[in-house]
Amino acid sequence: MADLTTNFLGISSPNPYWLASAPPTDKEYNVRRAFEAGWGGVVWKTLGAEGPPVVNVNGPRYGAIYGADRRLLGLNNIELITDRPLEVNLEEMARVKADYPDRALIASIMVPCEEEAWKAILPRVAETGADGIELNFGCPHGMSERGMGSAVGQVPEYIEMVTRWCKKYYDRPVIVKLTPNITDVRKPAAAARNGGADAVSLINTINSITSVNLDTFSPEPSIDGKGSHGGYCGPAVKPIALSMVSEIARAEATHGMPISGIGGVTTWRDAAEFISLGCGNVQVCTAAMTYGFKIIDELTAGLSEWMDEKGYSSIDEVIGRAVPNVTDWKYLNLNYIAKAKIDQDQCIKCGRCYAACEDTSHQAISMSEDRVFEVIDEECVACNLCVDVCPVEDCISMVQMAAGEVDPRTGKEVQPSYANWTTHPNNPMAKAAE
Amino acid sequence: MAQGQMAPGIVSGRLSSDELTSNFTDLHPPLAPHEAAVAADRCYFCYDAPCVTACPTDIDIPLFIRQIQAGQPQSAGRTILEQNILGGMCARVCPTETLCEEACVRETAEGKPVEIGRLQRFATDDIMASGAHPFDRAASTGKTVAVVGAGPAGLACAHRLAMLGHDVVIHESKPKPGGLNEYGIAAYKSTNDFAQAEVDWLLKIGGIAIETGSALGESISLEGLVENYDAVFLSIGLVGVNALRAGGVDKDGVRAAVDFISDVRQASDLANLPVGRNVVVIGGGMTAVDAAVKSKLLGAEHVTIAYRRGRDAMGASRYEQDLAASHGVRILPNVQPVAVHGNGTAAEIELEYTSSQNGQLTGTGETIRLPADQVLKAIGQTLEGAPEGLTLDGNKIAVSGAGRTSLTGVWAGGDCAAGGEDLTVTAVAEGRDAAMDIHATLVS
Repeated sequence: MADLTTNFLGISSPNPYWLASAPPTDKEYNVRRAFEAGWGGVVWKTLGAEGPPVVNVNGPRYGAIYGADRRLLGLNNIELITDRPLEVNLEEMARVKADYPDRALIASIMVPCEEEAWKAILPRVAETGADGIELNFGCPHGMSERGMGSAVGQVPEYIEMVTRWCKKYYDRPVIVKLTPNITDVRKPAAAARNGGADAVSLINTINSITSVNLDTFSPEPSIDGKGSHGGYCGPAVKPIALSMVSEIARAEATHGMPISGIGGVTTWRDAAEFISLGCGNVQVCTAAMTYGFKIIDELTAGLSEWMDEKGYSSIDEVIGRAVPNVTDWKYLNLNYIAKAKIDQDQCIKCGRCYAACEDTSHQAISMSEDRVFEVIDEECVACNLCVDVCPVEDCISMVQMAAGEVDPRTGKEVQPSYANWTTHPNNPMAKAAE
Repeated sequence: MAQGQMAPGIVSGRLSSDELTSNFTDLHPPLAPHEAAVAADRCYFCYDAPCVTACPTDIDIPLFIRQIQAGQPQSAGRTILEQNILGGMCARVCPTETLCEEACVRETAEGKPVEIGRLQRFATDDIMASGAHPFDRAASTGKTVAVVGAGPAGLACAHRLAMLGHDVVIHESKPKPGGLNEYGIAAYKSTNDFAQAEVDWLLKIGGIAIETGSALGESISLEGLVENYDAVFLSIGLVGVNALRAGGVDKDGVRAAVDFISDVRQASDLANLPVGRNVVVIGGGMTAVDAAVKSKLLGAEHVTIAYRRGRDAMGASRYEQDLAASHGVRILPNVQPVAVHGNGTAAEIELEYTSSQNGQLTGTGETIRLPADQVLKAIGQTLEGAPEGLTLDGNKIAVSGAGRTSLTGVWAGGDCAAGGEDLTVTAVAEGRDAAMDIHATLVS
């Protein structure tokens, strides 16, 4: 079995799965259950400043998007940071950390954007023995209206400033949690690095309204007939998270900066993907909230088995393996030519590929009287839509044409060499680039 | 106190009332809303879907399933009923395993088709439960049409004609409308008096009068109808029963399976319905399966379906055969009846093994005897009482196009007309299409 032990910023945990700062990590009871179940670490539910704690709504806090059979694909929440007194949280954190020294325990913090506020809370967090802190610059609802959460995360200057304070008043690792509700995630990531952050974690939740009640015209979740945008998470957001992680992993200003990946991690495969895009570990929330803590058994066993199959003995060997393959569109090989191929033995004759191609794409699939569907190579641009809509896995595949063959669509010979847009004759900038 | 399965002869009350009630509940219970959502999600929304092609009434199945999926079962119901006004009954009795569900691509893919029949029931139950009738009549055309027979073909024809603005009178020889929906069809497929409820609901369109006890050749004649109405649609079914060529078939205990089924359907208390201890059903179609399963459900100890050819040649689908087997019915293929033995009352049946060569069936000479206090003949129905002057095709009324008979102004459809399988859904399609043709003729 591959060793899943992870050393992220010098913080050791038996596996790369941390529970993200969220309801599952709100109190000692839950966190002890998580550690007993086998989770590698937790980021404790976000602490606020000393004083009367925040209050939550007393109606629904979550809304959901479902796939077939009510499989939860996306979850949205309007819950705020912890609504329990700071002192209680700190005492519990200290107790739990003492009992589980081998697990990572990170304190998530969100206090006003004033140096005094950070200066006040950091020493108290340090006393708990927590392994590090995560700065919550991500929450898009409620707290952002009070100048915290994503309101900070959307202004790179604030991120840098607050990070600097944290590094000044706290001597353990500082992770900056980023909001995806921004146009270019590389900017806040660079700001965090400039402020001295040890790592970034992303993504926090995405502004969202899950649905509108068509009887009351209230957004859901509805509180007395009104709704407020919440933070969207779960499997549906994974592609957005992967892209943002990859941007940070490959940007010059942030390349090499440790990343804790968050966003829809549901199975071991999701985790492996995040890690391959440069994450040192992953944080999980929605999957645990949907299925309970026991999923950690599949997450760890699955990742370990995959690593064994591939011959990787440690997580470090996987980190960033996919990063060199993330590139700009302009560098994609335009001489790579493929054609869709339908395996007639597997085809169940539903005709979805035909409808998709005929109605919405390139009219590159023919349909016979007896429902035989065939690719018309003269028209096929290898867009992959037929593959994506086919209900039978591997029934349609994209087959690369060999160099020297003639592409029936263009009548041109497939070139063995690599050529991209930067040198393409149709590119007005091509000459300038030379 | 129930008499039990071992009581000899044809007796009632073999099972307790509770057992009978449980035995005659829905064969396929209705889908709950979540089950329907899950079942609907399995539909691939095929292009030019094979299930539609396989449906005799051409219901737009992918569309109605998508409407269920999108949370509007009533719209789904309307999509179904636009093509098949008896979509509720068809959802219960169609041999979907040989029609839409056989054609479903998921049958090809994984041997587990989308549950089209049950989804259709979900949608039609929903719209019928709402009480409202989803269709309106067009302005009156002043034309009147006589329909003979209130079975599926007649009802479908009448409804479509009424919708198009014609006035319709249905003449029905039996005391109740519905035809085989009411008097035939397995009881466990049409529970809670659904056939009558469906007729009542269908009549809400208006413009349809039903005269029961009105039989062709008795109170009415085709000649008279042609004279008094602008058009006539004959949907008189097959009320004759084929004769069983074997000795002793006149003994007590030997009867037509359709009569037995009708008794079950019409029984006010199943505990009063007699059934044999050892029942042998002769035949291989759906009627044979229905009669056999019903006998078993009523408490018969041994029930055998004796069929003269191999199982593959049986009219009942493999699904129906399995249904019978799962109820403990023994299917004995490749035997033909030689004689019913007994002293005035059936006690045994003698069967001869058969072999088939080049389609030619011959007895092998080897016989067996089975105890049989009740013998049910399910060897097919035949056209009886067809009016003079109609050209026949084999032993059915010959039709061309959408049910046009050889007589001007007279159309025919359903089991009595040539062409198509003898199924409820086929009858509905023929009735509907004849109505469209009658309409086109009357308004031209």
